[in-house]
Amino acid sequence: MLLEVKDLRMYYEVGDGVFVKAVDGVSFNLDREEALGIVGESGCGKSSLAITILRILPSNARVLGGEVLLDGVDILRLDEHRLRKEVRWRKISMVFQGSMNALNPIIKVGDQIAEAIMLHEKVSKKDAYRRAEELLSLVGIDPSRVSSYPFELSGGQRQRVMIAMALALNPKVLIADEPTTALDVIVQAQTLKLIKELQSRLKLSLMLISHDISVVAEMSDKVAVMYAGKIVEYGPAVEVLLQPKHPYTTALLKSVPSIRESKRKLAYIPGVPPNLVNPPSGCRFHPRCPYAMDICREKEPNLKEVGEHHLAACHLYR
Amino acid sequence: MENVVEADGLKKWFPVRRGLADIILRRPPKFIRAVDGVSFAIKRGEIFCLAGESGCGKTTTGRLILRLEEPTAGRILFKGVDITNLDGEELIEFRRKAQIIFQDPYESLNPHMRVIDIISEPLSIHKLAHNREEVIERVTKTLEDVALKPPEEFMYRYPHELSGGQRQRVAIARAIILQPEFIVADEPVSMLDMSIRAEILDLMLGIRDRYGIAYLFITHDLAVAKHICDRIAIMYLGKVVELGEATEVIDNPLHPYTKALTAAIPVPDPRVKIGEIPIKGEVPSPINPPSGCRFHPRCPYAMDICSKKEPGLKDVEKGRKVACHLYG
Repeated sequence: MLLEVKDLRMYYEVGDGVFVKAVDGVSFNLDREEALGIVGESGCGKSSLAITILRILPSNARVLGGEVLLDGVDILRLDEHRLRKEVRWRKISMVFQGSMNALNPIIKVGDQIAEAIMLHEKVSKKDAYRRAEELLSLVGIDPSRVSSYPFELSGGQRQRVMIAMALALNPKVLIADEPTTALDVIVQAQTLKLIKELQSRLKLSLMLISHDISVVAEMSDKVAVMYAGKIVEYGPAVEVLLQPKHPYTTALLKSVPSIRESKRKLAYIPGVPPNLVNPPSGCRFHPRCPYAMDICREKEPNLKEVGEHHLAACHLYR
Repeated sequence: MENVVEADGLKKWFPVRRGLADIILRRPPKFIRAVDGVSFAIKRGEIFCLAGESGCGKTTTGRLILRLEEPTAGRILFKGVDITNLDGEELIEFRRKAQIIFQDPYESLNPHMRVIDIISEPLSIHKLAHNREEVIERVTKTLEDVALKPPEEFMYRYPHELSGGQRQRVAIARAIILQPEFIVADEPVSMLDMSIRAEILDLMLGIRDRYGIAYLFITHDLAVAKHICDRIAIMYLGKVVELGEATEVIDNPLHPYTKALTAAIPVPDPRVKIGEIPIKGEVPSPINPPSGCRFHPRCPYAMDICSKKEPGLKDVEKGRKVACHLYG
């Protein structure tokens, strides 16, 4: 097991003793060369989960418990210096949502990639540039583009530059948070194909975070469905997406239109996702669940095996 | 069935700002050809979709039809009457019958106004409510129409007290309070979470069925379009390249661009993967669009004629139009 996350808890402090329970007891594993898709709606905690793993947190974030084991070492307990030196970017790196707009507009892309390399490794400027060129061609951009400014590149190319930058130090794990959300569908398809190709070529483990079930289905071996700060269903993509067991996953899938199915009435989930300051008691989905029973209001369900390697947190399964 | 709205050869060219050097050197002014000769007709009660990638001109087309932009050329007809040059009272009269719903309900509602004031603003602009009782009565009914119940509970709230889905319902309520015959819905659900998208779409369909309102539904999401729209027009660089029944166009695309677009869309089934996308490069600039067919530099089937002659939008089967030299 490459990455093991155990019972991770991270709350945002938003007032005196008031917490937003963004990541509330999340556990999952990421194997070598595996692609795990984390899917959920806005505010479910999926991005918070990613920044907790890398500990790139805002000042009001409080990591309250859990472990993040990378090759057996709990990186949650590493001090900031060692985390930065040994883990961040070097072993786990990240492509952020809309990050193509995070490039500095007045610095050439080659300089920006080389800077990232020189910050972490003792290499000459020349070697850093050579590496920047290699990285650009790795992501399918002409290496001569090192001397281009970001505005001279298209949105898709800028996103590729960000992927190149994330791969600069040969990480083992790539976290991609909504990597294609701002892109048009054809560029999205090209970018997804690139990520998949890089994953197999560089033997990366991929943690793909998206609100888009179709993107997750395209990319993932395993899928974790998050709701209100918790993983409610977890397992092989074909199991979770084709034989969903949790009522939330089932309802969510019915609300997603597919271009390949015949015209139908789309279903929806009544109500809205809960406020994570005061989440509902018991199962957090119970106020919106068509199968809610008494126990659902009282007792929180744990992830239980509902099929081979397939877990769901629901009292319907015992 | 009668047409509610017709676009006839609509064009909108936005001038590109010229620098001092351009003026001194007398370089000719340049234009962004956002919409460049678009024609279609929307029938009563129909949901007509304009789809395409960002920058294809779909939003500008919607704004042109509502007269929120002045067209560079072409005509707009509303129930058979040319409204391209309407002004004064007549334009105000048209605006009562044609409304818009914007993409982002966090931006499109005034945060300082209460729900009742937002929804009733069209009534006061058009002087259609004579007293407070009438305002409350009309707003109550409209809130019921958009399923914000109980109405008296929502009426006095501010937008920040509402969820995204509730805000979009308020935006829809504002659009329907004047009982329009036509609504432009510009990406009305793109900002919303999946689980509530269908609820808003359902609401829009219900309003169509109840009041016979026609929609121009602008979207980049062909999966949504397929399940919601009656007919669809696919736009590329300011032009309609294909038009027909939504399910037909999406299941059996004819234009090479539509083929690429539909092939690139992922599906929520892990066994089905995106296939090869046969087209090259990225969308060129609308300032100097390619000669002939605008899609030819990226098209896998491009022939000699494609770079020379622009293909017209021609009927290829009943109700199906394609702008491509491969077809006739």
